[in-house]
Amino acid sequence: MGRTLAEKVWDDHVVRRAEGEPDLLYIDLHLLHEVTSPQAFDGLRLAGRTVRRTDLTIATEDHNTPTLDIDKPIADPVSRVQLETLRRNAAEFGVRIHSLGDVEQGVVHVVGPQLGLTQPGTTVVCGDSHTSTHGAFGALAFGIGTSQVEHVLATQTLPLAPFRTMAITVEGELPEGVTAKDLILAIITRIGTGGGQGYVLEYRGSAIRSLSMEARMTICNMSIEAGARAGMIAPDQTTFDYLQGRPHAPEGEDWDAAVEYWKTLVTDEDAVFDAEVFIDATELTPFVTWGTNPGQGAPLGARVPDPVSFADPQERTAAENALKYMGLQAGTPLREVAVDAVFVGSCTNGRIEDLRAAAAIVEGRKVAEGVRMLVVPGSVRVALQAIEEGLDKVFTAAGAEWRHAGCSMCLGMNPDQLAPGERCASTSNRNFEGRQGKGGRTHLVSPQVAAATAVLGRLAAPADLAAPVSTKPSVEV
Amino acid sequence: MEKFTTHTGRAVPLRRSNVDTDQIIPAHWLKKVTRSGFEDGLFEAWRKDSEFILNQPERQGATVLVAGPEFGTGSSREHAVWALQNYGFAAVVSSRFADIFRGNSLKNGLLTVVLPQETVERLWALTEADPAAEITVDLQAREVRAEGVNAPFELDDNVRWRLLNGLDDISITLQNAADIAAFEGTRPSFKPRTLPVA
Ligand code: SF4
Repeated sequence: MGRTLAEKVWDDHVVRRAEGEPDLLYIDLHLLHEVTSPQAFDGLRLAGRTVRRTDLTIATEDHNTPTLDIDKPIADPVSRVQLETLRRNAAEFGVRIHSLGDVEQGVVHVVGPQLGLTQPGTTVVCGDSHTSTHGAFGALAFGIGTSQVEHVLATQTLPLAPFRTMAITVEGELPEGVTAKDLILAIITRIGTGGGQGYVLEYRGSAIRSLSMEARMTICNMSIEAGARAGMIAPDQTTFDYLQGRPHAPEGEDWDAAVEYWKTLVTDEDAVFDAEVFIDATELTPFVTWGTNPGQGAPLGARVPDPVSFADPQERTAAENALKYMGLQAGTPLREVAVDAVFVGSCTNGRIEDLRAAAAIVEGRKVAEGVRMLVVPGSVRVALQAIEEGLDKVFTAAGAEWRHAGCSMCLGMNPDQLAPGERCASTSNRNFEGRQGKGGRTHLVSPQVAAATAVLGRLAAPADLAAPVSTKPSVEV
Repeated sequence: MEKFTTHTGRAVPLRRSNVDTDQIIPAHWLKKVTRSGFEDGLFEAWRKDSEFILNQPERQGATVLVAGPEFGTGSSREHAVWALQNYGFAAVVSSRFADIFRGNSLKNGLLTVVLPQETVERLWALTEADPAAEITVDLQAREVRAEGVNAPFELDDNVRWRLLNGLDDISITLQNAADIAAFEGTRPSFKPRTLPVA
């Protein structure tokens, strides 16, 4: 019987298989950041162990790094200690690191692909759940805990329990103004935050094939929000074109050999998935979340749902709690929800195409009064590209704040946080209670919706901008 | 890692689904570089509310958390597991756990037990009616016992064996160092390396 893409990549990395034991899998690329690694390095030190393959390991600073005044010492002493700890550990164990101020610094999941380190058919791990991003290249990429980080540092392998496979087939063309972010939000609402549990998702179908690499990363990034182990997309010409010429991409004969191998990384015709989901791309519209988990979403044209409409008692209670926390009334059109802040950035939507899309919408317009818009590139390279294209000027002219690269308000470990009760339209991936700052309220949106929302001061799509702002917002379903 | 054979203790009923790791331990706690001292960060936002279950005097010293479905979703932070352990929890019961959280918990000897939602409801009812009621989580027998409840649970044999013996994964893997070296010998030259490119 044929094998799925995920099974092929798995099989190619089995170091040891024995009855009654989990497979021992080889790890091709180990990404590190400051938050989930200190205790792992400590463990190595205590046991007198070394990093087995420093040449397959790389660290960046992202979660704690400030996005202002980066040339000054970091104000928060605790953040400073964590960054210094990573620097010390990297130096002591011989791991390559890109620190704040370095041209390759940025969010770990933006940096790996842009360096060309993330390649088809590789296994990629990081002590970070959004490692699923790298699956966009046809890599088997997943987040791990700190104990596993230590395990990979010491052995370059991981014992792993088998997974199940789920095909998410999206056919048809995405309508104008509907993005990869809307698609993945719709998928998560459809299958639920636990729907992908135990599965590796493979996104396929014509709608997926037509997406750019960056859009594919947006999709795979949020696989974890459906509870999945990982998300993958089969590599194709789009993937190869993206990789060719990147600093760590293979060259010459190696490139040819690599492409030949990469082309075999597709699910066989006769392979069978454990579960299948079908989505019609043509029916999608801009999608936003109204609740406190990424599965609580709805089309922008809909209304805040009534908790009573949920048949499942757990879901009903969750919806009640969410509306209370979010300060929303059931039945309110989502387009009438006013925001205080807009965040464009993160490993979900902090790449150059995202910034271009947001800039195109705010260009020649103004951020609504009383709304704070923060634009945080995913990496220094993204920032430099944006500056070259003049996007930073477009944002600042519109009244947005242009910041330095990092995770920033995606999780508010640095000073970029929402105040209690503040409402934010965010291009990040998690709308959990307090995620962007204690008491902060998050609506997950695409960069396009974020930009339109910034201009109108309420949840909106770019198409709404043509309408006169003074009249009552129209509600279409 | 400490061995886990069987544990008996009072319980905390947490009637919430989708308790994500940002709730278990908020991000600003993640700046610590140790594995201990996270107890005060556990459910920090909810603990500000005096009504929150963990704040009730009769729940002090409880060691078994009985939670709603999809416990531990979200971020991969192992700090969530450490926070639960630092606070004093030895086991968490739920009808569904997020994968990464579950893996992390079992690697640290925090036993996460999957029971059907009806059984979770029975345990909730029991401990809500009588906060002094004890729950036994018996890994040897793979069973959760409490008054009127006798529920078997599943756990992978290999994981169970490691927990019962308090074995550390890395030393087990290093016994197979020869297999790792052999595998490395066959890796194609086109595989990426992180060495800085000139
Ligand atoms: S941008 Fe957000 S989701 Fe991505 S790695 Fe940083 S904190 Fe995590």
